[in-house]
Amino acid sequence: MIVDKVLDAKGLACPMPIVKTKKAINELESGQVLEVHSTDKGAKNDLTAWAKSSGHELLKHEEENNVLKFWLKKG
Amino acid sequence: MSVKPMTPKEVTRKVINKEELFILDVRNEADFADWKIEGENFDYLNIPYFELLDGVEDMLDKLPSSKNILVVCAKEGSSIMVADMISEAGLSVSYLEGGMKAWSEHLEPVKVGDLYNGGEIYQFVRIGKGCLSYMVVSNGEAAIIDATRMINHYLEFAKNLDVTITHVFDTHLHADHISGGRVIAEKTNAAYWLPPKDAEEVTFDYSPLEGGNIVRIGNTAIDIHALYSPGHTIGSTSFVVDEKFLLSGDILFVDSIGRPDLAGMAEDWVGDLRESLYSSYRELSEELIVLPAHFMIIDELNENGSVAEKLGTLFENNHGLNIEDENEFRKLVTENLPPQPNAFQEIRQTNMGKIYPDEEQQREMEIGPNRCAVR
Repeated sequence: MIVDKVLDAKGLACPMPIVKTKKAINELESGQVLEVHSTDKGAKNDLTAWAKSSGHELLKHEEENNVLKFWLKKG
Repeated sequence: MSVKPMTPKEVTRKVINKEELFILDVRNEADFADWKIEGENFDYLNIPYFELLDGVEDMLDKLPSSKNILVVCAKEGSSIMVADMISEAGLSVSYLEGGMKAWSEHLEPVKVGDLYNGGEIYQFVRIGKGCLSYMVVSNGEAAIIDATRMINHYLEFAKNLDVTITHVFDTHLHADHISGGRVIAEKTNAAYWLPPKDAEEVTFDYSPLEGGNIVRIGNTAIDIHALYSPGHTIGSTSFVVDEKFLLSGDILFVDSIGRPDLAGMAEDWVGDLRESLYSSYRELSEELIVLPAHFMIIDELNENGSVAEKLGTLFENNHGLNIEDENEFRKLVTENLPPQPNAFQEIRQTNMGKIYPDEEQQREMEIGPNRCAVR
């Protein structure tokens, strides 16, 4: 997978991971991929729901040493 | 306009006093559907905060101008953001201090009765999660039953009453919340009582609580009689306190009965549950006031916020106590059960002393309602 941009949102509490994700994805072109790192457990459900409602595709997510990683394709 | 925090205690008063409140819950839709703040005269609107990042103008017409508005989220951060935006648009609004996490941890103490010779019994209502715990006070001593993990509430309460905690009980091995019993007992040098049949796998020392045991609180005779009443778990034990109160644990609730499946043994334990509810409890005085370990719906709260009802009244009105047919009873408690509580296996392991999650992990494990009953 080609990642066009990586956003480090580690250590940030809700709502900042999504606020920053939204800002970062606004700077991408349709079809490009954003990788997000977060330590906020709530980010998993919220990012999934947000991506769905705003037309982006959550390609995959995984958890590694308490860091949640998401790959989002801009819609 | 101003944005003010509203504490869980203030919200609890509104629930008990049946006041009006408009709750704008900005968590995601799945979390809201699973668990929310319940109040008889509360109105709700659920719009996730991430739908409001560009502004709140589109939803302002859905907000009432005449009611108090409370913005709620998981931990408080998003609710402050949304409340600020609403306030800038000209409405007065509050946010829930500490979010649903704080709501889940709030305990409201309510005195439920007087006991022999100046003794008292208090109920601690964990309003957000529906868990009930108890303190029996007599002549300078206190016993605690089914404590939550928020142990400072009990320690401070006992200190304010100037009593020493001497006995700590759990009616059974809990699956919906992490018990504070063991830690309270360690800190106060009190005895920690557990039913041995629920404690076969525990990793710590405890005092085995068997049916027929009598534990005396204070040196004036307030006795706690243990009554073996299996069914929710194989060890579930009820207590008759001062011959006035029946602490029924997770066997009998005001408007529902215990479910037998949380330790994976539904089929095996149905018979025990029926025996406890339809035989053992029938032999008790109908004048006993039932004090359960949970409530499921806000309607079960009495006017003072307590959850308590006469055993005789429950024999008349509680559906689960009035199913003549054994097969129908079996079906009710083994089929179409509500979802199991969040992380209930990990919670059981924690209560057995097999795993030691930190406080943040414990909070996460306990998120959501208790779900220990069937109606």
